[in-house]
Amino acid sequence: MIPHQQLFTLTIYSEHCVGLLNQVSIIFTRRCLNIEDVSASRTSIKGIHRLTITVWSDRDTMDKVVKQIEKRIDVLRAFLYTDDDIIYQEIALYKVDTAKLMKEQYLESLIRHHGARILDITPDFTVLEKAGQPWETEALLEELEPFGLRQFVRSGRVCVTKSSQEPLNIYLQEQELRHQALEMRQSTTENND
Amino acid sequence: MPETITGAEALLKSLVEEGVDLVFGYPGGQILPVYDKLYDYRSSIRHILVRHEQGAIHAAQGFARVTNRPGVVIVTSGPGAANLITGLSDAQMDSTPLVVISGQVGANFLGSDAFQETDVVGITQPITKWALQVRRAVDIPAAVARAFYIASSGRPGPVVLDIARDAQVGEIEWTAYKKLNFIRSYNPRPTVAPADIVKAAGIINAASRPLILAGHGVTISGAETQLAALAEKAGIPVASSLLGLSAMPSGHPMFKGMLGMHGNIGPNYLTNSADVIIAIGLRFDDRITGDTARYAPQAKIIHIDIDSSEFNRNVRVHSAIHGDARDVLMQLIPLIEPASHEGWAAEFDRLNSIEDEKVITPELSHGGPLTMGEVVDCVSRSAADGAILVTDVGQNQMMSARYFRFACPRSIVTSGGLGTMGFGLPASIGAKMGAPDRTVCFFSGDGGFQMTIEELGTIMQYGTPVKMIILNNNFLGNVRQWQELFYGSRFSQTPMVNPDFCMIARAYGIKAEAVADRSGLASAVERMLAHDGPYLLDVSVASEGMVFPMIPAGRCVTDIMLSRTEMFDPGQSHD
Repeated sequence: MIPHQQLFTLTIYSEHCVGLLNQVSIIFTRRCLNIEDVSASRTSIKGIHRLTITVWSDRDTMDKVVKQIEKRIDVLRAFLYTDDDIIYQEIALYKVDTAKLMKEQYLESLIRHHGARILDITPDFTVLEKAGQPWETEALLEELEPFGLRQFVRSGRVCVTKSSQEPLNIYLQEQELRHQALEMRQSTTENND
Repeated sequence: MPETITGAEALLKSLVEEGVDLVFGYPGGQILPVYDKLYDYRSSIRHILVRHEQGAIHAAQGFARVTNRPGVVIVTSGPGAANLITGLSDAQMDSTPLVVISGQVGANFLGSDAFQETDVVGITQPITKWALQVRRAVDIPAAVARAFYIASSGRPGPVVLDIARDAQVGEIEWTAYKKLNFIRSYNPRPTVAPADIVKAAGIINAASRPLILAGHGVTISGAETQLAALAEKAGIPVASSLLGLSAMPSGHPMFKGMLGMHGNIGPNYLTNSADVIIAIGLRFDDRITGDTARYAPQAKIIHIDIDSSEFNRNVRVHSAIHGDARDVLMQLIPLIEPASHEGWAAEFDRLNSIEDEKVITPELSHGGPLTMGEVVDCVSRSAADGAILVTDVGQNQMMSARYFRFACPRSIVTSGGLGTMGFGLPASIGAKMGAPDRTVCFFSGDGGFQMTIEELGTIMQYGTPVKMIILNNNFLGNVRQWQELFYGSRFSQTPMVNPDFCMIARAYGIKAEAVADRSGLASAVERMLAHDGPYLLDVSVASEGMVFPMIPAGRCVTDIMLSRTEMFDPGQSHD
């Protein structure tokens, strides 16, 4: 029986160091899991970096993957979400022929209807931008295809959690306390020596 | 005023600060600045020149396993580092602390396919606990401190420092060395949750057929005393994994044998009768569980491990206790009610006595050619208490694990998870250097011996007094066994034409003798053990020898072969 497959979103918080993405991606490679998309960025906390990865898999496999990722020394925490747990977006850019686009009489309503915006217009090409969920950027893609779509790119998913708890902050506070306890124990030992 | 020194010297000073007095290595172009400085440090750091980098890392593994300290390896860039891959992977699987230092081309050559450049961090990340490239001399002391902390804490493992030439020749103002004891993203000694202890104690106190599975984690955490205390207090039989051997003396009344494909019948078979299983520092390897769908179906499993990623990884557990095995047992034992499960414990002895009759006695009193079991038995009986068993991989490994008797902790050095042929010879060198007062008996097959045979040169150079016993059947015996049992006796590429091993040993100045039959065995073993120096015994054993009992791969732990034709039948329990 094949376990239930669904799209998972992982957010991985780590130190900002060389080779971190490789350390994470090899865990997917070992289990032959295909990463759908990935984005990396800084976080609200200085020095801490964040990867957001989406992958189709089953719950049991992903629970193991998360623990193996957290086992990497430079990883602080990793969290596993399904779409219900998060608010997520991605951004898409579309480069189309300006001449063909201008012939479209409903151009303005098309752009407005999709909530897209124009980033750049040259006599040769026009660049549109749309943020949204995958099906939304996909829908605009289909409408623009007749206009000679020259380039299309979609970013990886970015997300924030719906929960009011901030587990990373809690984790960092715990680590700070652990550090203080270690220092205190050390200075006590030194004083006793 | 702080003293200005090179990165190479800072590296050696840092090693000294970490208590390192022995390293295994092989010089080369991009590590020359370190080797040059090592010349000045030769009175504080002893360097063992191996004959191949793979030998260096297996020797360091042997050292680490008997001393509980990180083994240190120094190699050059490119091929030097690439030759370590097998050992890194082996150490990662078997939780062995190593600090590996590799030279690297100059920082401005990185990525240019410079001579002897290879992407060491990239290729070692999947098989190490941590790997780092160091490009500046000033970063060396902190990198070394971090490496030793990571390698030796928590679940130990191999760590790689890839040190670019610039960092070795660059200068640094040496200030007081600071050992590391904190990394915010890494907690190697988690606080044990009292609720987990209470829950587990409740399960154990209610058990009528409890069984302890002792893994390598017992040895790593130094929990041998606590293991025995728990077993004795609650009357719980103990079985061990291959790497868990010697955590409890072989002769302890609660010790019921080894688990696994070629383990003892009592513990394997009764795994599926136990109502509670307490697994301590053990990762439910497939060689132990067989078919996980039919593994311990009626047992509540309590899993104690320092590595929480092992929980529910291979089998589902009912109670996971995250922590150091010793910490956990010390908190658990006071909550355990004294108990005895005599009928249950006797069942292990009853099943093991069937193994004695059907497997062990025939192996030890075989009328024909010498068997592997009787050679191991003879050496084990003659060797001093506290002898260390080092094995290679294959039938020699299973036979020596089965027939060698262990008196004290840290007495087995073997490649468990990775199953690395060629591991044993260099590992025996490192084990002897780590425990010079203990006898080191190294058993090998004729195949594995030739995989790292060049390390006889290291034994010669340092006069390392290891006792080497080749169980020579002129076959790759373990593969041969599978071919006979599962591939219709089609012996594809397993017969071997071997050299005269004694002549090779003598060429290295090592005393050696061949043993062809039973009458010469005991006296040859006596001479080997009495000799003050390295010694090789090339023992001819039956080429068709088989390791039994055997649970074929993927079968249930109760499906046990006693011989080519007979399956185990438990008979009637006296309960």
